[in-house]
Amino acid sequence: MKLVLVAGPPSVGKTTIIKRIIEKMSHENICYFKIDVAKANEDEILRKEYNIKTNKAYSGDLCPDHTSVVIMKDVIEWAEQNDASLLIVESAGLCLRCSPYLTQGVGVGIVSCTSGIHAPEKMGPMLSLADVIITTRTDLVSQAEKEIMSQKLYELYKNTLILETNALQGYSLQKLNEVIKQSEEIDINKVELKGNPPVGTCTICIGKKNVGWKNHYGIVRQMSKNFTGFIYRGD
Amino acid sequence: MFREIIINPGRDKNNQQEPYEKICIPCSSTVSIVGPTGSGKTSFINDIELIAKGDTDTERKIEFILNSGEVFVSSNLTKDKPVVLITQNTKCISDLIVSEFISIHARSRGNINKDIVEQCLNLANQFTGEKIERDYHITSLSGGQTRSLLIADAILISDSPILILDEIENAGINKALIMDLIKKGKKMVFFVTHDPVVALNTDVRIIMKNGAIQKLLTKTETEKILHEKLKKIDNYYSELREKIRNGLSISSDLPYEKILSGEECQV
Repeated sequence: MKLVLVAGPPSVGKTTIIKRIIEKMSHENICYFKIDVAKANEDEILRKEYNIKTNKAYSGDLCPDHTSVVIMKDVIEWAEQNDASLLIVESAGLCLRCSPYLTQGVGVGIVSCTSGIHAPEKMGPMLSLADVIITTRTDLVSQAEKEIMSQKLYELYKNTLILETNALQGYSLQKLNEVIKQSEEIDINKVELKGNPPVGTCTICIGKKNVGWKNHYGIVRQMSKNFTGFIYRGD
Repeated sequence: MFREIIINPGRDKNNQQEPYEKICIPCSSTVSIVGPTGSGKTSFINDIELIAKGDTDTERKIEFILNSGEVFVSSNLTKDKPVVLITQNTKCISDLIVSEFISIHARSRGNINKDIVEQCLNLANQFTGEKIERDYHITSLSGGQTRSLLIADAILISDSPILILDEIENAGINKALIMDLIKKGKKMVFFVTHDPVVALNTDVRIIMKNGAIQKLLTKTETEKILHEKLKKIDNYYSELREKIRNGLSISSDLPYEKILSGEECQV
């Protein structure tokens, strides 16, 4: 079984890209899994439209990527039980500190041309750890602006395959399908998270609402005098 | 760089094969694409921009033939892109100032000319009535200003052998000047247009209908003569528009006789 993990901020066109993948890969036995926080109906839409096996999980108060790590083995087993030859997992990555990509399968990061020119820098591991980056909604901006977006992505992520598409028509997704076809079958016993997850064990996580570092313990940092640097970076 | 473009048939909106075997257009030609709205003009130019390989909705295959006779293979890198497309879209989303916009785009296209920002601005300002300054925000430019800037950008920065312009007549900019400049640039140009002056300006016309290329027409001798006359009427019309835009009253009647005899007419 091959695996594709699709991540990107809300409403950039993840599901539309997945539809185009499903259409081009109709000879495969496809299973689709969606991880979202509170509400998702993509599984129902895709099941009705393409008659494929779909499922979903709500992360609730947990971060969706945390959820993805915890349940991924179960998801893979579910797909294998359904004799899938291709498993597509869509994640509603939210805080942009981490990414759901695994050491196996194809990680697809999605960014919309309409997100503005600085979005690629802000999206961190969701793009830097992706195998393929896709810019969507290219029909909504001028060619020059689309190229500026691609240039930014290229300068930041030189070694990643960057594709531009207007997902409605699915322009230039042929290359993505080739990458998926050429990807190796996954081995459930060797699958690991690609990046380092952020640490989330602190008094804020367990519900303490007081503001200010003196009121907390666990991972707490004082804002540096010049307001630069990360609050916490795995140190 | 290219000798000709070959278009292999795809499918129309009813999934029927397009009614031609293969269309070859030499790259020394200018081409207009005409047809009612919804007839597939935009899909066709998208196919050319992407050098479609049967992977778009239309399933057309486009081939660019190099001077050597070989088929051009695209590298996926922006700087190697042979096509520039100016869409009807004049919305800019990036919150950049004009000079940043031009210089980042020049970098993406591998253009290292130091004076590119200045040159691009000067050219854009010839097309539009309202002057663009280098520190204006892209997002605050008017439709005509953005279009002028993008066309100047296409001519100077992208400097690709193939240029596609989607309805240049729409933005109220100086289309006669643009067409003159482009003709001097020795590029292959596609005009998507509803304007007879633009359509008759080109060597070849592609007629679209129901998502398919219906036929290909070559400019006739009669059309050449007609075009020369139309240009004069169009100049009169542009002049009239400029005067009205600038708040002047028009004191002379329409110069029928001059128009009919093909003389230069002034407002």
